[in-house]
Amino acid sequence: MTDIHTDAATSTPDAGTTPPAVTAAEPTVQKLTLSKAINSGLRQAMLDDPKVLMMGEDIGPLGGVFRVTEHLHAEFGDKRVLDTPLAESGIIGSAIGLAMRGFRPVVEIQFDGFIFPGFDQITTQLAKQTYRHEGSQSFPVVIRVPYGGHIGAVEHHQESPEAYFAHTAGLRLVSPATPHDAYWMIQEAIRSNDPVLFLEPKSRYWQRGEVQLDAGTAVPMHRSRVVRTGTEVTLIGHGAMVATLLQAAEIAAEEGTSVEVIDLRSISPIDYVPIIESVQKTGRVVVAQEAPQNVSVGSEIAATIAERAFYSLEAPVLRVSGFDTPFPPAKLEGSYLPDADRVLEAVDRALAY
Amino acid sequence: MLADAAPIQLLAPDGSLVRNAANEEFLPRIEALDDAALQRFHREMVVIRRFDIEAGNLQRQGQLALWIPSLGQEGAQVGAGLAARPQDHIFPAYREHVVAKIRGVDPMRLIEMLRGLSHGGWDPKEHNNLHLYTLVIGSQSLHATGYAMGVALDGASGTGDPEKDEAVLVFFGDGATSQGDVSEAFVFASSYQTPQVLFLQNNHWAISVPVERQSRTPLYLRSQGFGIPSWQIDGNDVLASYAVTSTALDAARSGQGPRFIEALTYRMGAHTTSDDPTKYRQNDELAYWGERDPISRYEAFLRARGASEEFFADVAREAEDLAADVRRKTLELVDPPTSKIFEHVYSEPHPVIEQQRAWLDAYERSFEGTEG
Repeated sequence: MTDIHTDAATSTPDAGTTPPAVTAAEPTVQKLTLSKAINSGLRQAMLDDPKVLMMGEDIGPLGGVFRVTEHLHAEFGDKRVLDTPLAESGIIGSAIGLAMRGFRPVVEIQFDGFIFPGFDQITTQLAKQTYRHEGSQSFPVVIRVPYGGHIGAVEHHQESPEAYFAHTAGLRLVSPATPHDAYWMIQEAIRSNDPVLFLEPKSRYWQRGEVQLDAGTAVPMHRSRVVRTGTEVTLIGHGAMVATLLQAAEIAAEEGTSVEVIDLRSISPIDYVPIIESVQKTGRVVVAQEAPQNVSVGSEIAATIAERAFYSLEAPVLRVSGFDTPFPPAKLEGSYLPDADRVLEAVDRALAY
Repeated sequence: MLADAAPIQLLAPDGSLVRNAANEEFLPRIEALDDAALQRFHREMVVIRRFDIEAGNLQRQGQLALWIPSLGQEGAQVGAGLAARPQDHIFPAYREHVVAKIRGVDPMRLIEMLRGLSHGGWDPKEHNNLHLYTLVIGSQSLHATGYAMGVALDGASGTGDPEKDEAVLVFFGDGATSQGDVSEAFVFASSYQTPQVLFLQNNHWAISVPVERQSRTPLYLRSQGFGIPSWQIDGNDVLASYAVTSTALDAARSGQGPRFIEALTYRMGAHTTSDDPTKYRQNDELAYWGERDPISRYEAFLRARGASEEFFADVAREAEDLAADVRRKTLELVDPPTSKIFEHVYSEPHPVIEQQRAWLDAYERSFEGTEG
């Protein structure tokens, strides 16, 4: 039972189950899964600032349904890692109050499709509080959301709801594609004085990658990056889609087409500098996303490229998206979610102009 | 009308003190008050009623976009507002004008908000922990609960020092009790045993919908299913409101967990100036509650205790002065610059905001030097 009151018996960390520390004195490169990289970033943020606390469903002794908060309860105790009642609006709403009090809550929403009971508190309250307060208070709340498909799960467990939140002023949205980015971006999100939705590409949770722990390797969460350079077509995506785009680029290269790949990292705001530079070079763009297409992040990017780089374009900006249907039963997700072949089909169309 | 048992009452509608088994634990809190403290209740109720009328008039004259009258609810609000200690934190809904005033918010801030010049904008820390109004019904119940969780995490309650221990007081109405957020606030408050008082003003109407549509059982019972002790009080009895709220806050501050109060009161006016109560409610109801007015009963009480004519004249003068002051200042208000659109959307710089701010600025400058 969680007790947030002063009580040594329940709040003393259990040192026996504390995992080995990731500190600057340790080797500065580790091979971690994306989920472990986020876990390490969360832990570092908790060590750096005693006002950082975790809250969410099943995040305590269980470590979350994806184990992203594993060991944190044992190390930091009931007063830093709060298993909450099963109520998303309650979680977000009370996180707002905790932020008013001076805490920096990091909230876990268990699955993408379960964020909507908290949608009202996120959009009408959290997003607008700084504005309403005319800056006298800031609201450093991070909402971690495992999102996206490819895991064969049941309804409501594979969605990509980012457009709803990108449409809302006052929120920041970021999504890491690699363990290294995840480790640093979660820490920057927690340090931000604004509310941040931290979208975790859950199909990538188990993918390993090198994580550099030197502070000098920190990546800025709002800067998009060119992950692969090319000259003929620019592919743009975020989260799990970045791996699909790299796969498509590899196949395209074998077929003799030079493709550039950009990882957005940040969904709101979008960093257009590398995007426009790339468009000026390639003249052709495909934006890919798991989310449905209508009024989506990809649509916004396409419109902005048309406004800012019209004379560089050799073809209309093409979108490759999930369909404008509900997320289908899992056995159909392979045909719903864009894969490398669907991206390459769009590359061919772009090149045909 | 719900079958209300017997709400806790210290002052009968005729202004006489009531003494019974249900209220005896609360009477000592009133007996401990001196004349000045007792007169403060009256002053706050009378002054805010005059302000409220003036603000309604200003709306009718086109000076405000909207007004939200508090007419008839002064007893519940003044009692609860004065029960809070300086170190407590108060989360209003949007009708608690007198609570804001008691905590040091200039009534003009409320006028400015309802004229359309701000969304509130005061700093709670500089206004004795009076948080902003919240217009989405019931949302603030969760903010208050999270805040109270933070008080507990800070070890700022339950130390046994009543001068320092903090509690949180949150207001909402009968309509809000149907919102999921209020039920979730009960769940979280009970689960984490927060130092918190949830104060419901049951004014019997959620715009045009009577409380019977919100609940078929007395609302004070609602929290008991969540494990939160509760009281139902006569909300038009300022002394009951004060005594029960201060009892509840003491319990919260001292670490005994949350408490819930249902204050039975009545919205004598419209929901807001956009509303027309003659379309949905009967005059006999208005007459029933008019006889239970919080101010006239309290005035009778004070007169029986020997309060002077001079005191009542002084209160009336203060009320008139405030109304005149508010009217004068309202007529002098100027619109904010358009740059305010872009201020404080984020705490840290944001490229989209900067770009759009620069665009609007350039657009507006493009008209400089042109006619009209």
